Amino acid sequence: MSISTDNWEQVEAAAKASLGDEIVQFIAQCRQEDAGADSHLVAVLHRVQGHFGYLGEEHLDAVAQLLQVPAAKVAGVASFYHYFRLKPRGRFLLSVCMGTACYVKGAERVAQRVMDELGITWGETSKDGLFTLDPSRCLGTCGLAPVVMVEDEVHGNVTPDQVPAILEQYRHRAREQGHA
Amino acid sequence: MTTSTQKTVWEAFESLAAKARRSLHERDSGQQIRVQVGSATCEHAAGAGDVLDEFRKHIVASGRSDIALRRTGCTGRCSREPIVGVMVPGQIPVKYEHVDRAAVHKIFTGHVLGGTPLLDRILDGPVEAIPRYEVLACASRRCGQIGEDSYGRKLAEKLRRAGVGPEQVRVTLASCFGACGAKELGQCGQLLVQPSKVLYRVTSDADLDEIVQEHFLGGKTVERLRVHGKTVGRAFFELYGDVAFFNRQTRIALRHNGVIDPESIEEYFHFRGFEALAKVLQRGDPQWVIAEVTSAKLRGRGGGGYPTGVKWSFGAAGKEVPRYLICNADEGDPGAFMDRSMLESDPFNVIEGMLVGGFAVGASRGFFYVRAEYPLAVARIHNAIRQCRDYGLLGKDVLGSGFDFDLEIRLGAGAFVCGEETALIHSIEGERGQPRIRPPFPTEHGLWGKPTVINNVETFANVPAIINYGAEWFRQIGTEESGGTKVFALAGKVRHTGLVEVPMGTTLREVVEDIGGGVAEGKQLKAVQTGGPAGGCIPAKWLDTPVDFDSLAEVGSIMGSGGMIVLDEDDCLVDVAKFFLAFSEDESCGKCTPCREGTTRMFEILQSITEGKAAPEALDRLQRLARLVKRTSLCGLGRAAPNPVLSTLDHYRDEYLAHVVEKRCPARKCKALVQYEIDPQTCVGCTACARNCPVQCIAGSRKEVHVIDQQRCIKCGRCFEVCRFEAVIRQ
Repeated sequence: MSISTDNWEQVEAAAKASLGDEIVQFIAQCRQEDAGADSHLVAVLHRVQGHFGYLGEEHLDAVAQLLQVPAAKVAGVASFYHYFRLKPRGRFLLSVCMGTACYVKGAERVAQRVMDELGITWGETSKDGLFTLDPSRCLGTCGLAPVVMVEDEVHGNVTPDQVPAILEQYRHRAREQGHA
Repeated sequence: MTTSTQKTVWEAFESLAAKARRSLHERDSGQQIRVQVGSATCEHAAGAGDVLDEFRKHIVASGRSDIALRRTGCTGRCSREPIVGVMVPGQIPVKYEHVDRAAVHKIFTGHVLGGTPLLDRILDGPVEAIPRYEVLACASRRCGQIGEDSYGRKLAEKLRRAGVGPEQVRVTLASCFGACGAKELGQCGQLLVQPSKVLYRVTSDADLDEIVQEHFLGGKTVERLRVHGKTVGRAFFELYGDVAFFNRQTRIALRHNGVIDPESIEEYFHFRGFEALAKVLQRGDPQWVIAEVTSAKLRGRGGGGYPTGVKWSFGAAGKEVPRYLICNADEGDPGAFMDRSMLESDPFNVIEGMLVGGFAVGASRGFFYVRAEYPLAVARIHNAIRQCRDYGLLGKDVLGSGFDFDLEIRLGAGAFVCGEETALIHSIEGERGQPRIRPPFPTEHGLWGKPTVINNVETFANVPAIINYGAEWFRQIGTEESGGTKVFALAGKVRHTGLVEVPMGTTLREVVEDIGGGVAEGKQLKAVQTGGPAGGCIPAKWLDTPVDFDSLAEVGSIMGSGGMIVLDEDDCLVDVAKFFLAFSEDESCGKCTPCREGTTRMFEILQSITEGKAAPEALDRLQRLARLVKRTSLCGLGRAAPNPVLSTLDHYRDEYLAHVVEKRCPARKCKALVQYEIDPQTCVGCTACARNCPVQCIAGSRKEVHVIDQQRCIKCGRCFEVCRFEAVIRQ
């Protein structure tokens, strides 16, 4: 892929400062590919979100510069997919599955309980910065419905009454890790 | 192709298989007893990690070197997980349900070391005794093996007359084993005897008498009636023969799920792995592969039901290169999880299917388009691709045949519309996943403008079986129009949730009642929803509808990718339609107006109905709009989004009318239309409701009758749940 920017070194340095070496290196690897290098845009955004937890404006700009695609396209892609978040998130991402199986088994009431306990609604982060609540489309563990996923841990057959204990489990973990 | 090349391909395969066998043998040498622990996303959630760990500790502590601990994929018995299988030589294999650390200790000391199975924790148990022999008799509708005249029933009767009780020989009726050749179809019956693993083919009553006398009373195998050869059910029955839930299934796409270790290519080789690929490459004729798949009547399992062979022939038709092959693993339908299970439990099978497909259409590069929400599946595919490359099964010159093919993974990012072919292609290209008008179809103008064939995970999973066991065999299982089986993800208000694979044409009743165990908690079944947000609701009175692409379309639903949600009397169908419309509205990509605006307006109408604000005329408006969106949308998402509305309007108009005329929700589900009250006769004044009310709208002190302030009540139903005296009434 050809580079059309004449201040490439400057661009790269700025991008490194924003994204970190590892991601910049990954993008360089993608550029090596002959056909469809910019097809890795979604993969790059996954990397960035995996590292920072969200896609900030400065990250998107840096990605656009490094991949040499218009910033508008990067922003368009980032905002199209549900999986990408454009705002920072709390320490634990808590998704309540709102898929069909979970819905008919009472996921709404579980979600309501989470909202009551944390005092937030969908997409918000709790005041202590620990939990961000997201609805999930379907986690594919319908046999265990209703399901709540915290980070990558799945809790199955959740009743509203179990919610406080689940939350406490993570608060406890945060306290322990915080002290460590 | 010259003879010398043909030899090389087959020889290359044989030497790889031998290498795999050697390393398996090395690993398993001296290990007689096998303990298998399920290991997939659901199993992990249920605590399988702890179970595996506990068994490991026990084995180390026991100092025994003849006990093998194995990880397998998902058995599909979600509601019973974690599941543990114990295989002791000479005994019927036993599976345990809901195993935890404490149960591990009991199973290990009692069964693994002591040899006595734990009867109260057996899957679908408890049972009173483990019989000495277990017979699985095929009871296939297609062969007429049903009713009193079936060999299974006759055998049970003969055993009874010979004075052999069920504690000695248990006869279970199973579904089609897929063991007969097409020519003998309907002419014979098959019996599988455990633990001897002997398969009998019987054609007369005299055969049954001989088996009763010789085998069950005399302890000798009747060699005359014995069937040899590797049938598809063999590997499966070796491990699942014990459980009724599995017996009624015919597992082809899931034939290795929960049987093999998904992270070991050696185990896959052991179950005829890559034999189909070798066979295809040895022949070296893509047209033959396409002809086989076409004649097998394999239809796209992603939901469209388009004949796979035909699609492949279009992909192979042009002269343009390179060509691409894509495996669509963007399983976005809420309520469907069979693709995840297959990728987590048997990734090599899907890869082999892709290799065969890639060869047939002349593709050089293949892609897995997987949901980012499935991290374990992604990890297992990664691992499988790496092992295949190490074995020379992916990359340049596969098995020395001159065929180049490599695979890579592309992650989705949570957009339901990307399940649509053209949107998926845009997503792989790094664009917004929006569909475009077809034609041109991807087989002509696909990824980067090149010919591209896209198939679903389950479609590919069936391909190696078709090549190995023959197109004719595959076609015979299933209906006139579509061959083979379909995997369903059975969930919702049903007793046994999980994955069910049955021949096309099996009735909904068999799936929901016989295999799924019916509705839980003694409630009435109301409807079965199939096909996810693009499907419809099938009322209980039509439970005898056979499940295949065409029959489901006739009753206003679709097969879809195979999600099957059971609804009971507590579910409001208007609410369910609203749920799906909320989904479609949110997932509409916004490119075409009918879908973007239509789904929003339909959702609004449904919302006003469930809130009791709609007039009866709203129903006609809703129906007109639904039909319009169905006719005029650009892609499948919009064209199918009205299905939940249209099918519920058709079958449950009375329920809609109750909402708009009487302002009443018959299922008492729609919040705005229910009211909670406390019955002064029954209330004992325990204060539980008042303490749990999130808005403190319940008044009353200890030992006094409580009252709900209707003005402030938010109808969350909390009081209804916590009341132990049934004093809170919902109406």
